Amino acid sequence: MVDLTTLEGADTPGKIRSLAAKAVRPDPTDSTVPHVGAICVYNDMVKIARTHLDQIGGVDIPVAAVATAFPSGRASIAVKLRDTQDAIDAGASEIDMVIDRGAFLAGQLGEVFSEIKAIKEVCADKAHLKVILETGELATYDNVRKASYLAMLAGADFIKTSTGKISPAATPSVVLVMLEAVRDFHKLTGKQIGVKPAGGIRTTKDAIKQLVLVNETAGPEWLTPELFRIGASALLNDLLLQRMKLKSGHYSSTNYVTVD
Amino acid sequence: MVNEIFEYAPAPESRSIVKIEKEYGHYIAGKFVAPHSKKRFATINPATEEVLSKVAHGDATDIDKAVKAARSAFVKSWSKTKPKERAKYLFRIARILQERAREFAVLEALDNGKPIRETRDIDIPLAAAHFFYHAGWADKLEYAGLGQSPKPYGVVGQIIPWNFPLLMLSWKVAPALATGNTVVLKPAETTPLTALLFAQVCEQAGLPAGVVNIVTGDGKTGAALVNHPDIDKVAFTGSTEVGKLIAKSIAGRGIPATLELGGKGANIVFADAPIDEAVEGIINGIFFNQGHVCCAGSRLLLQESIADDFLGKLQDRMKKIRVGDPLDKNTDLGAINSGAQLAKIKELSQSGSSEGADIWSAPCELPKKGFWFPPTIFTGVTQAHRIAREEIFGPVLSVLTFRTPQEAMEKANNTPFGLSAGIWTEKGSKILWAAQQLKAGVIWANTFNKFDPASPFGGYKESGWGREGGRHGLAAYLKGSN
Repeated sequence: MVDLTTLEGADTPGKIRSLAAKAVRPDPTDSTVPHVGAICVYNDMVKIARTHLDQIGGVDIPVAAVATAFPSGRASIAVKLRDTQDAIDAGASEIDMVIDRGAFLAGQLGEVFSEIKAIKEVCADKAHLKVILETGELATYDNVRKASYLAMLAGADFIKTSTGKISPAATPSVVLVMLEAVRDFHKLTGKQIGVKPAGGIRTTKDAIKQLVLVNETAGPEWLTPELFRIGASALLNDLLLQRMKLKSGHYSSTNYVTVD
Repeated sequence: MVNEIFEYAPAPESRSIVKIEKEYGHYIAGKFVAPHSKKRFATINPATEEVLSKVAHGDATDIDKAVKAARSAFVKSWSKTKPKERAKYLFRIARILQERAREFAVLEALDNGKPIRETRDIDIPLAAAHFFYHAGWADKLEYAGLGQSPKPYGVVGQIIPWNFPLLMLSWKVAPALATGNTVVLKPAETTPLTALLFAQVCEQAGLPAGVVNIVTGDGKTGAALVNHPDIDKVAFTGSTEVGKLIAKSIAGRGIPATLELGGKGANIVFADAPIDEAVEGIINGIFFNQGHVCCAGSRLLLQESIADDFLGKLQDRMKKIRVGDPLDKNTDLGAINSGAQLAKIKELSQSGSSEGADIWSAPCELPKKGFWFPPTIFTGVTQAHRIAREEIFGPVLSVLTFRTPQEAMEKANNTPFGLSAGIWTEKGSKILWAAQQLKAGVIWANTFNKFDPASPFGGYKESGWGREGGRHGLAAYLKGSN
């Protein structure tokens, strides 16, 4: 359920390759640890990531690309569409788009809606569409709820809290509002939309709180990687350390997990 | 469909933090003394029916002794204690309550059956807050707008209920002491233990002997207290039935009383309410403290246009309520306080079904021993049903519908009670309008069951006399001011 992410200006092919290696075998000392849900990179790194994953046995791991002028979303629609198409052509099977918060806050909801719809048409059946609301910039719960509905109606497969570049990000209350939205949308339409909290979830304890929210709000059927993902790279190492603790009885230092 | 991936492990709070004596006496004139009748009765844990301790059964002689001790303390020490010194005692009590909060939280959960989550997060912190708040008033009474030099009555007889034992004690004792009165307190028959632990706190705080006296017992003990000729004021929280008896008993004696009695609060959800928040609020309104709350939102008035959707969500939410061991930190709904109360809840629920309302209870496994009732709602309830008129005082919600805001107000006010009401709408103007129409002492908007020592609490009509808390609450303990 965990997505491994690197979204830095300083990303290099080497960095992407080591991330891919970690995605396939999160704990090199324990082959029973399952691979991660996906790896999430910038558009131009998709090909490197895809190729390397395929080479090292990560064929099943999807590559997600952030698109539509991530993280600000400030570009023309033509650029955003091209950005998306580019990522798909390079082998991305998941697209993480950002909504136009400027348009949303200016009250141009129709514009936000049609933009998501246009990106969805590019994704078609080639890529899953995750719509990043950037809840830290939407500021109110009413806005989060409204944006969730806009995204779901426009064809999102997933709604995602944040880019990871803005704080606050995936607070439990924001995730609760989004889970209520997918729950109600399911009741209305029968469609199950996924939720991805991203940013700010660092520890296993944080993650368990999120899982409890999912279980109690949307229901246990949402507790699968198809409908719930956590985007938090720091979390993975704490999960590994907790896993080791179950075996050894003590919580090791971070020297026992890999840094990528 | 994935099922029950999540099994929540039990998370019980340890009971080893609190020491419960085998038996207790009354706390009179700063000492624990054996009851005059030598009789004691058991107080049990309603979740398991295990006997926790035996407490003294007070009679008129014990009450007389306690009133004399309170009188003597009032005359000899307390009325001569400087207000700022009184404040120091209250601050000390408040701090000790905070320091010993876990002990009190565990004991309250054991003796009352309410979940530790509530005793830990609500009952005990609020009790401490009441002492802090009133400590602040003790030396500023002349600025409370109640006359230039308001005077205490003297000896106050106080009787408290079993639903919030320590919290109700603090609502009574804190303002009484802050205003310079001395106290004889009778805790409820089924929940005396935190009051007796509070006696230890008084000792620890160095409170002069006789300022607070605690006599345990049943209704007869309470009657002896109310009828004692040397008390100067009565303060009572409990049923309307007993409230009426007290009103009769003090009639013509020239002593005042504050009575905080029953309720049948209406929680009104308009179509323009924030629905998910309102669902949480309704849940809190009726299932908080097993519904043993005088101001509970026990009638849900739903605008007809949203009724079906809303009930669906309410039922989904009710399925998530965790019923069980009060000491488990995950428990939402604990045990019913006594067998007698359980019988009353069952009897009224039965009447709901036989009068034609539809009953629905959340599916949950109830423990074999102890007193339990599942979270329950009745739909298709009308104003004529007993469950819409009588106080059930349990986790049972009666759902009625309305068509227009005017109709909602009429139905909400159509009760002999008038303690609390809740309004759920995102329209501010509607909140203000409804609050003016509703005949209830406490009105919450888009929230429910919020308490603060600075906010006066009390009822209209048969829900009581006087107010507790805030500046208005002080007036009830000061001569010539109410």
